Amino acid sequence: MTTLTIAFQDATTMLGRELKHTLRFPLLIVSTILVPVVMLLLFDYILGGTIGQGLGAAAHGAPYVDFLVPGILLMTVASGCGPTAINVNTDMTGGIIDRIRTMAVSRGAVLAGHVGGSVVRALVATTVLTGVALLLGFRPKASIPDWLAVVGIVMAFSFALAWLSAALGLVAKSVAGANGSTLPIQFLLPFLSSTFVPADSMPAGVRWFAAHQPFTPVVESVRALLTGTPVGGTAYVALAWCAALALVGYVWAQAAFRRGTQ
Amino acid sequence: MGRMNTVIRNATSSAVSVSGLRKTYGEKVVLDGVDLTIGEGEVFGLLGPNGAGKTTIVRILSTLIPADAGTASLLGHDLRNEAGAVRSLIGVTGQFSAVDKLLTGEENLFLMGRLQHLPANERRARASELLERFDLVEAAKRTPATYSGGMTRRLDIAMTLMGRPRLIFLDEPTTGLDPRSRHTMWQLIRDLAAEGVTILLTTQYLEEADQLADRIAVLDRGRIVAEGTPEQLKRRIPGAHILLRVADAAALDAAARALPEGSRDVNELVLRVPNEGGIRSLRDVLARLGDGVAVEDLSIHTPDLDDVFFALTGNPSKERN
Repeated sequence: MTTLTIAFQDATTMLGRELKHTLRFPLLIVSTILVPVVMLLLFDYILGGTIGQGLGAAAHGAPYVDFLVPGILLMTVASGCGPTAINVNTDMTGGIIDRIRTMAVSRGAVLAGHVGGSVVRALVATTVLTGVALLLGFRPKASIPDWLAVVGIVMAFSFALAWLSAALGLVAKSVAGANGSTLPIQFLLPFLSSTFVPADSMPAGVRWFAAHQPFTPVVESVRALLTGTPVGGTAYVALAWCAALALVGYVWAQAAFRRGTQ
Repeated sequence: MGRMNTVIRNATSSAVSVSGLRKTYGEKVVLDGVDLTIGEGEVFGLLGPNGAGKTTIVRILSTLIPADAGTASLLGHDLRNEAGAVRSLIGVTGQFSAVDKLLTGEENLFLMGRLQHLPANERRARASELLERFDLVEAAKRTPATYSGGMTRRLDIAMTLMGRPRLIFLDEPTTGLDPRSRHTMWQLIRDLAAEGVTILLTTQYLEEADQLADRIAVLDRGRIVAEGTPEQLKRRIPGAHILLRVADAAALDAAARALPEGSRDVNELVLRVPNEGGIRSLRDVLARLGDGVAVEDLSIHTPDLDDVFFALTGNPSKERN
């Protein structure tokens, strides 16, 4: 067997374990679905009437739910950061990572398993969310290639955030700390972006931040694809952000993994 | 022929060879030049109080952390340059059980088997063999959440053994176990040793090192302060004695007159008589004592590793606080 085959085999083993964990302890994935569902209901039913009226041209004549759902889908991806950081931290503080570091297992396998598991969970969670959104009256105008592009962006974003969450999980001292350190990604970034309302409507400072953080281009790309409006260059900005976040997360996580517990 | 064998064996028989190992964390010197040689098939006990550096040695030798200085070779592979080869030959059971709490006992073993790249049939065979041997057959389909401390510890060691390591590190394998589980664990370790596996065992229990180890090194403040077989270490400390407890001061005087080599403790009404000669000198002491002195109680003390340990590492209570 070549080194690459072994690395792939080890990563598959760890992914299998991670998926088994998710099925054994489904609370984590259920919570990553529940929070976005609550957000969807809150913003669509309670706040949607007023917000929808204020949207104006940004809504392209569609109801607020069509504007909202793409953002909620990516918020669902972001809420997967918590479980990923928690699972990685449990392995770190529980000695599993140290145990595997003393074995002839390819170095990246443990984290690759976690990241793979995170992407799979994100796909499941966003699928459920899409179903709920359709029941609430969400009417996407995407073609099949558009849908495939959406799936691609969701996976890329989930992959990037998962590496970042893995790093956060490795450096945190406890499970609670691991979860806490992902909260800015789960809540702060979505709210300070065009997830719920267009960034143009925000105060100058916040608007600048919203325009220069990853959520806004990612959300706007998915929104354009799902509402059938032109995507333009935003998609490249979104993918560049995904690549950059994934790289930072990967390098950071690998360094923390090699250090192990101190 | 026998001589030939000995020569060849000596040439290749060192499983672990460590020289000048140093490790500091900031200002704190944790290992201050440790040298160790462990023969193949040997059970080597690393004995020391908390904070002596035992776990640091295990973590360095099991490739978890780098040493600041020094060289180490494990089963013929250089620790620094051939970490991958070292990892494929060792098994490590750390101080705290590292089992997957969401997988069943059997699945934990399968996971290790997969990571060791064992073929499926061998994986199943080895797992059921280990479950049988570690008395975990009943618990195989349950998760470790339902296990006792001793069972979790046994599962942990079984996981270490899935890949048939030739060198095993056991870092305080019985800490926190009840006496019964401790004895079970001792028997498991003896069985492993009987198979010819080399074992580096750390412990703070002198009795444990005495029971299991072929050779012992006493570690104190990052240095090895003594090394040898349990017998050799005990011989370093004279101190076999008989304690005679008497009823009153008059009896103590009488006893001291009969046995002038003894030292008396007036407060405790105890006479301590050196007794290096075993039963023969005991008989002599009793004869010299005669019927005239009323002895309330008599006890015989041989030096154990506790005496050695305290003599070598100083006041243990000060060390541990």
